[in-house]
Amino acid sequence: MEGKHWTSLTRTGIATALVTALFSTHASAEELRLITWGGYAPDDVVAQFEEETGIDVQVTLSNNEDMISKLRATGGAGFDLAQPSQDRIIGVQRQFNVYQPIDVSRIDAAQIQPSMLKATQESTSLNGQQYGVPAVWGTSGLIVNDAVADQVTDYTDLCSDAVAGKVSYRLKRPTLIGFAFALGEDPFAAYNDPDQYESIMAKVEDKLIDCKPNVKTYWTGGDQLLSLIRTGEVTAAMAWDAGGWKLHAEDPSIRFVAPESGALGWIDTFALPRRSENVDAAYKWINFVMQPEIAAKITNQSGNFTASKGADEFVKADLRDAYRQSFDEDALNNIKWYPPVPPGLESMEGQVLDRVQAAN
Amino acid sequence: MRPSAGKLSLCLLMAPFVLWIVLLVVLPHLQMLRVSFHVRETWDTVAFGLEQYGNFFSESYYWRTFVRTGVMSLFTTFLTLVIAFPIAWYIARLARGRSKGVLFLACLIPFWASELVRTYGWMILLRESGLFSAILQAVGLADGPVEMLYNDAAVIVGLVYNGLLFMVVPLVTTLDGMDEHIVEAGYDLGGNHWTVLREIILPWAMPGVVSGCIVVFMLTLGSYLTPILMGGKDSAWFTEQIFTQFITRFNWEQGAALGVLLLVLSSVIVWAGLRVTGQNLRKVMG
Repeated sequence: MEGKHWTSLTRTGIATALVTALFSTHASAEELRLITWGGYAPDDVVAQFEEETGIDVQVTLSNNEDMISKLRATGGAGFDLAQPSQDRIIGVQRQFNVYQPIDVSRIDAAQIQPSMLKATQESTSLNGQQYGVPAVWGTSGLIVNDAVADQVTDYTDLCSDAVAGKVSYRLKRPTLIGFAFALGEDPFAAYNDPDQYESIMAKVEDKLIDCKPNVKTYWTGGDQLLSLIRTGEVTAAMAWDAGGWKLHAEDPSIRFVAPESGALGWIDTFALPRRSENVDAAYKWINFVMQPEIAAKITNQSGNFTASKGADEFVKADLRDAYRQSFDEDALNNIKWYPPVPPGLESMEGQVLDRVQAAN
Repeated sequence: MRPSAGKLSLCLLMAPFVLWIVLLVVLPHLQMLRVSFHVRETWDTVAFGLEQYGNFFSESYYWRTFVRTGVMSLFTTFLTLVIAFPIAWYIARLARGRSKGVLFLACLIPFWASELVRTYGWMILLRESGLFSAILQAVGLADGPVEMLYNDAAVIVGLVYNGLLFMVVPLVTTLDGMDEHIVEAGYDLGGNHWTVLREIILPWAMPGVVSGCIVVFMLTLGSYLTPILMGGKDSAWFTEQIFTQFITRFNWEQGAALGVLLLVLSSVIVWAGLRVTGQNLRKVMG
């Protein structure tokens, strides 16, 4: 995804979060401080919203981990609306209490695809209260060059000799999950069984360490990956669909494919930080951007489809074509949607990732 | 000026500095030290203990990265000194008039760009589709694209480049003050190049050498972008592990412990370096 950027890199981490906490000025009444992914708040959408409502929108670009860290550092202050992925809400809420429940009656539910609304409701509910509303969704799968397309059809094929030295993936949890599925396991089914999950992760760890010589570099930002693929230095990668479609538009021999074991589906949500200072504006923004025509603008900018009902009609034709080419009926039904991550799992995964990074 | 007014103006002058040190350096470090001893019992209760430090020693990937980072930083510092010394010697002793200023400026100019830009510059040169690879192929030294990025050598190249200025400046400053005659005297008394360098020039330049080494070593040890961007998959660097613990693992306790350990490591190495070279911090930095 274009926007899933360097943000985490360029921040020197906690220092920034603390400084933000110390010096962020108090929001005036008519201001919406939005923390979101790149592409989710295009300039023209922001301008239109400001014109219609008179509310000033301040956008901070971020990613899941960065968003959570920032909100954790301030106890849920500093922003009025956040857009974390749905699987990363409950665990975070239980540990750090950084969100407040959403008043669903204030959301124009008619604008949102019912199936997705229900899925998000289930996965972001805690103690009978809902913490997320679906916004944008997408998948991660494989971006391959036509030259190797028939040899790379699943995540584990990234370790084959055919693409030695010309492979890139991230060293983050989606890679662990993807490889687990490709190895014939079902990590999601093992989410609530730590012992079983650990044994699956051990298998994945061995595979990733074996695979390491094949990898050119672990990509850390969307732009970095795009340039690696554009120059032909990397011919197969595990990555987000939007990036694949963007490259396909530039060079038809590069395409995004759903792996045999299934693409991994994520839904980014709207969530209210616990100490949001302008909840009204947050609801206004949600109802505004979920209008089909506005949502389509976000899709055209970010490359990712939204949960808005009827937005497809207004999306650029080539983007829709690329999407249909990547997902036939079977591939769509085979998407593995991330369930909420139980607390404690991520530290286990973290150690696996650390060991893979340090292995030589 | 009356004494009380002088005192007041001194206080006012010092206030921003003291505030800066206390708010942004001392307090966060104390807080980090405290967090590093936290042990999570459940999701909302915290006890104190040494668990994080225990993890550091029991998980080999932590201390191996730690040792690796230390050794590579020392090597980088040494290499920077070896490369910077002739440059500094030329600028301080041989260049005359305007060329002296021009040469000094030439060392300074790359630092007008940020570390990120400098690192990208190196990546453009070293990558498989980059300039060096293209030149090697053009002159027939290589059959196909050569990948020079994403290994330890590339990381060291980047780090040396980033440290060069901070080594050249103190060396030039100390060498500048050296009296021409003592070098001549060294030769007159029958010394060759090597003995003159070892017995006269190096001892004279030692404060510059040590302060340059301290600065470069600290910068290298704490650098984040260069090892990650240029080292890729094999560049496990300690600062990266700290960042990962804080930001992607939400494990502030472990991150804080690793941060404290890094601070201890750098302090110990600097202290040891001062002892070995017989310098003291006041003399070197003064």
